[in-house]
Amino acid sequence: MSITAKAGPAIPAGPAHPLSQRRPLGDRGFQILALSAGLLVLVILVLIAVSMTSQSTTWFTTEGWSGVFSTDWDPAHNIYGAVPFIYGTLITSAIAIIIAFPVSVGIALLLTEVVPRRWSRPIVYVIDLLAVVPSVVWGLWGILILAPWLQSIYQSIASGLTGVPVLSTFFGGQGISGASFFTAGLILAVMITPIVTSLSREVIATVPVIDREGAYALGATRWEMIQGAVWPHSQSGIVGAVLLGLGRAMGETIAVALVIGSSPTITTHLFTTGYSMPSVIANQFGEATVGVFRAALIGMGVLLFVLTIIINLSARAIVGRSVRRAGGE
Amino acid sequence: MMAITTDQQTVDLREPGGWRRTKNQLATVGMWVAFVVMLVPLGFVLVTVVSKGASAISWQFLTNGTLPVNVLPVNYGGMGAAVLGTLEITGFAALMAIPLGVLGGIYINEYGGNHVLARVINFFADVMTGVPSIIMGLFIFTIWVLHFGYSGLAGSFALGCLMLPIVIRSTYEMLKLVPDSLREASYALGATKSRVTVTVTLPAAIGGIVSGSLLAVARAAGETAPLLFTILTVTSTNTNLFSGANTALSAQIFANATQPYTGAQARAWGAALTLIAIAFILMIVARLVTARFARYSE
Amino acid sequence: MEQEEQKVTSKLQVPETTAKPAEAFGTPADTIFDAKNVSIYYGSFRAVTDVSLSIYPNEITAFIGPSGCGKTTVLRTLNRMNDLIASARVEGDVHYRGASLYAKNVSATAVRRRIGMVFQKPNPFPKSIYENVAYGPRINGIRGKHRLDEIVERSLRQAALWDEVKDRMNKSGLGLSGGQAQRLCIARTLAVEPDVVLMDEPCSALDPIATGRIEDLMQEIKSQYTIVIVTHNMQQATRVSDRTAFFSVLRDEKPGKSDTRTGVLVEYGATQQIFEDPHDSRTQAYVTGRMG
Repeated sequence: MSITAKAGPAIPAGPAHPLSQRRPLGDRGFQILALSAGLLVLVILVLIAVSMTSQSTTWFTTEGWSGVFSTDWDPAHNIYGAVPFIYGTLITSAIAIIIAFPVSVGIALLLTEVVPRRWSRPIVYVIDLLAVVPSVVWGLWGILILAPWLQSIYQSIASGLTGVPVLSTFFGGQGISGASFFTAGLILAVMITPIVTSLSREVIATVPVIDREGAYALGATRWEMIQGAVWPHSQSGIVGAVLLGLGRAMGETIAVALVIGSSPTITTHLFTTGYSMPSVIANQFGEATVGVFRAALIGMGVLLFVLTIIINLSARAIVGRSVRRAGGE
Repeated sequence: MMAITTDQQTVDLREPGGWRRTKNQLATVGMWVAFVVMLVPLGFVLVTVVSKGASAISWQFLTNGTLPVNVLPVNYGGMGAAVLGTLEITGFAALMAIPLGVLGGIYINEYGGNHVLARVINFFADVMTGVPSIIMGLFIFTIWVLHFGYSGLAGSFALGCLMLPIVIRSTYEMLKLVPDSLREASYALGATKSRVTVTVTLPAAIGGIVSGSLLAVARAAGETAPLLFTILTVTSTNTNLFSGANTALSAQIFANATQPYTGAQARAWGAALTLIAIAFILMIVARLVTARFARYSE
Repeated sequence: MEQEEQKVTSKLQVPETTAKPAEAFGTPADTIFDAKNVSIYYGSFRAVTDVSLSIYPNEITAFIGPSGCGKTTVLRTLNRMNDLIASARVEGDVHYRGASLYAKNVSATAVRRRIGMVFQKPNPFPKSIYENVAYGPRINGIRGKHRLDEIVERSLRQAALWDEVKDRMNKSGLGLSGGQAQRLCIARTLAVEPDVVLMDEPCSALDPIATGRIEDLMQEIKSQYTIVIVTHNMQQATRVSDRTAFFSVLRDEKPGKSDTRTGVLVEYGATQQIFEDPHDSRTQAYVTGRMG
């Protein structure tokens, strides 16, 4: 080993050199820059609320609360009631989570409990593929391929169920259409599955290994272990994940706009045409040059914004609490 | 049921039979069914888009800048205007959202510590990822388009708002994974905090940050709703991002999907295939980046 | 509790408190560090109490003692690394070449450029070997490829790593074995030509052969640097150090409170004396193996 003699320090440490230095301008500046970027999030959210609300006030002032929440929507006669769209949004989202919940949780459990690590990657890739298909492509396929094909199926179901008490209110009726609440709900279910699945996986992963092993040590089968060890721990987290999926489903615009049928009706018949909040905004904004019409559409945007924020807040709070609780044990 | 062991009897260690076993098997089958249920629509969509779209795609389709009237069949004109629009509008949105998003993630993880402000920003960035994209479009409409008119730029703003929280979240998650020992080593050599962050922490997390950003770009490229209120879909090429209405693949697909003409529909399928191809390429590149940097960092 | 050691007393006037701006300028001294009545707190918990000692130039000083008695905490006080912990607070004086380290206008960054640190677990950057060593000089403003090449080679030679890595300078620093990685970290620290090198149990994650090489390294660079090393290994302290400081914990009056062990300096002197003729009974108990 050879040592090269020290040629003298590059930064003299001797008496003349001060240890003091003002904090470099660049260092401070960088911090301010980073802070501003972070603040942008809050600024944008506040601006969204403020600017959209101010653009929609004429809706509230002209229609009044009873008008805003009426069940009639007739722009030709200046009637702008939001209820049909709120209804449509809720119904399609409900259908979506009823279908997506078991499917997503099933896939999540498949990945965490059944499939060995090495093989889980391809399955995760497939889920990512599902997530990357743009909404408008789902809508295109939905309206041109799925809806026509489903129409005949719906028709047979509806005629088969004539007279049956409970089922025919949902799955019966006249005016059966491929483009309907149900089709929209189906497509929404497919679209929200990736996010509900991946969040559920995260939640299930926080179940302590000792609890799983404890169940197995008692001679439980895998399903019994899931029921006894996994489910109690992940329950609230999965509820949070489903809520997030609900938020996504409610805000989904384009796919729903294409397959829901674009008719503001309130009915329990799921195989008939309907409308949803984001869909009507997307479809009719181009024609909404009159003040109150446009204000009404923007106002529904505000309603949608508030609704999704509330749902997201609750969902994140629930998921966060469940993950933290598991981590702290 | 396991048999009781005694000296004379043998031990029965078979799988518990009966209802318990059946339930377990049913459950496993159910989970696989769930997976297949998800595969079916995915497969259908991809097969349809590829088969119907492939016949529409040609060099002319991708580059010709004039969008034909809906009645005309598919070999007239092309989607060049929309392709350019998608690339320009999404590209500019990424140019704005990615640096800002990375900086925001840096603030939360490196500077925020336990401050209330950092936790608030973190929480609301999370919430913001769940704001529907149509809201971003309406927002930019009220705040920009009403004053400055439709333009590709407005579309970029809307897509940027969409991407910002996604990039912040993924940057934050990646920075969290960088071990403190690396930062300490850098501090110990006399680096300032900004130096440590930019020269050690950020490079250590760069793989995940790039891949997260690419996925955000893929998502933005496919969005339609934010563009409806900001670019006002037109039919000719507008290379000027900053003024005048513009068009994009997603908007074109939306406009064509409701047309009864086969030409228009064929163009929609072609555009859909193009859009999916762009999104897939971005996704694959993101995966490759993650894989390459994973090897380098551990 | 306090031990009076002849060699420890500073011969210099200790400059006054933090009010004067001239504080940050140093004057030549016989000692590199002077710590006087230093106590370190994390929030309200007193981790170390009333430590006074001096570190002398071109010597290797070892801090030994059982776990949890504040050796690392005191070490990190010497290069302001405790600043990185939000709740940490230092009371008392720490002077480096006569200048107060904790005066108001002292820049921690400037301190760390003169007082380097090698950590317990090797922590090379996920960059190439070359870039690892060049990092320090670069952030100190040294450009010029030629100059950097010189510095990198010199530092790696000093760390006894040059021959092993000279053909793979562009490979990742993460691909090295434990011992090599730690020598890389030492080279990285030496590249900025610090005045002092602090080492926090640098060999505890390494095998005996790698440990031996690093101990040889320390002896070789001693003539150019001042080294302070925290070690759990008493044999290591006897092998390499000139002076040894033995730390232990205050006997806690309240039983049952497990986290209130406050560290204290028990005895400090020439290594030979500490191990062969300890003055304090606790020192004797530790070095003869009777205490943890």
